[in-house]
Amino acid sequence: MTIEPISAAEIARARAEHPLVFSVPLAVRLRRAALWAGFMLLMAWCLYDFNFSPLRIWEGLGRLGRVLSFMFPPHIWSEWREVSDILKGLGETLSMAFLGTLLGAVIAFPLSFLGAKNLNRRPFLRFGVRRGFDIIRAFETLILALIFIRAFGLGPLAGVLAIAVAEIGSLAKLYAEAIENTSTKPVDGVIASGGSRTQSIRFAVMPQVLPVLLSITLYNFESNVRSGTILGIVGAGGIGFLLADRIGAYRWGEAWSIIFLIIAMVYLIDALSGLIRARFIGTWEGVR
Amino acid sequence: MTTAILAFERDYAAQRRRARLTFAAVALVLVVLVLLTAEASNFFKITQVTQADGTRAERWVIGAGLPRLGEYLAKTIPDLHWSTLPDDIALWFGRWQIWAKLLLETVLIAFMATVFGVIGGFALSFAAARNLAPNGWVLWLSRRYLEIARTVPDLVWALIFVFCFGVGPMAGVMAVGLHTMGALGKLYSEANENIDMRPLDGVKASGGSWFDQMRYGAVPQVLPNILSYTLLRFEINVRSSSIIGYVGAGGLGQELRTAMSFQEYTNLSALFIIILVTVIVIDRASEALRHRVIGLGATA
Repeated sequence: MTIEPISAAEIARARAEHPLVFSVPLAVRLRRAALWAGFMLLMAWCLYDFNFSPLRIWEGLGRLGRVLSFMFPPHIWSEWREVSDILKGLGETLSMAFLGTLLGAVIAFPLSFLGAKNLNRRPFLRFGVRRGFDIIRAFETLILALIFIRAFGLGPLAGVLAIAVAEIGSLAKLYAEAIENTSTKPVDGVIASGGSRTQSIRFAVMPQVLPVLLSITLYNFESNVRSGTILGIVGAGGIGFLLADRIGAYRWGEAWSIIFLIIAMVYLIDALSGLIRARFIGTWEGVR
Repeated sequence: MTTAILAFERDYAAQRRRARLTFAAVALVLVVLVLLTAEASNFFKITQVTQADGTRAERWVIGAGLPRLGEYLAKTIPDLHWSTLPDDIALWFGRWQIWAKLLLETVLIAFMATVFGVIGGFALSFAAARNLAPNGWVLWLSRRYLEIARTVPDLVWALIFVFCFGVGPMAGVMAVGLHTMGALGKLYSEANENIDMRPLDGVKASGGSWFDQMRYGAVPQVLPNILSYTLLRFEINVRSSSIIGYVGAGGLGQELRTAMSFQEYTNLSALFIIILVTVIVIDRASEALRHRVIGLGATA
């Protein structure tokens, strides 16, 4: 049996009989065109409003090229005093991320119980606590750092407290969600064998969530190491201060070297916390 | 029988001892780390404060700072009276014309940066996906490029671009855009790595080039994911562009800096409220859009 190829006439006939199959309806086409036109107009207006002129871009790229040319060979500090400054900055950033995440986690842990649907049965209280987390999360860490600098002075302490407060909001929310995702069966088991509510939390809920909480905390520690590097730009301690200082003084060679060091540090922390996760928690899919 | 029980008890005791030792070791490491980091971040620092009677005294920094924090926050609350409420609010948001312009600028910076980031990230995501990259070199290069773009914070890119392109929103767009490219490129390429390869084989079998395979085999599969990631990123970018002005890259952040340095306390609280409301509105709007376009439950 052979298959007859479709002739051109047959295609034309089908096209005439079922025009809708072969073309997009006019209304849809119009809507698409309007969307694209609106998008293009907005882009064009932005380009105009922000002064994106080819000349400006060309000049900027030239300056960027000159700045980039300082990347290689990277600047290597020769005096121990300078090296120790940089190391101290990196150490401060790490300390800020570590202590901030830990403080945030310690405060967020009890609060997350109030935000979890299966542990806190008073809807009003739960609602209030949840909105509280949301409000804290709405503030950027950088803005919190600016506020804390006014109270505690320049330096890493303001950074630690900013990270800690920001982490209360995000960790408490993530913890509460993890607690809500636990199975109720172990809880029933503990209650059935005569356990109190506290005991059911301790022996049925906690064992289920602890690995998840640890994993979430490690992830947030990683992201705080990344975001903590900029807190120094506003004066809240860490390597960001040195970086902003070098860029401000147009010492691009040193600035690029610091950026390389930041990238290396973030890499190292990612790898390390990956190891810890694999060792203590196992590979856990589905966090976040 | 008893020997079996004895052996069990012995093994159990040994296990318990090992568990306790591990716990003690981890706790010790943690305590040492906490003490070290607390020392490094001036947690235990003592400072001099002037007391009410004019004498100087030594205080713990946190203890001395907490009342100051309260004072500072109290100063940002404007003088509102019920009888003259409209006038008071008008005074509080007295610079609203300037702020509205800067707010628009902030959102537009976020918009343009997202567009640039999407274009760049989308283009690179195929080269940076393990299953799609044309060869090893392209894969390695594009992955390293995306990693550097997202590991360096956008505020640092802004510092660099403000030098290159001058003060203003253009530097902000470039900085946030570059960071977005790195972040979205990674997410997109992960979406690419999870696709079904059979449509690509089909396109290849019928003589399609690498670009044809991407266009007709990969893109239709990842489009919903990409849209979802992009909208989420837009929200993040609105936040970033609201502070990027702190280093001179346009948007509301520059007002924040002025208010901070000139100690215009009530302006600060007004700015916080503006940023908060904008972020919440955009959150809600993009969530609604996401649900409409992708359907409920398909959010990434």
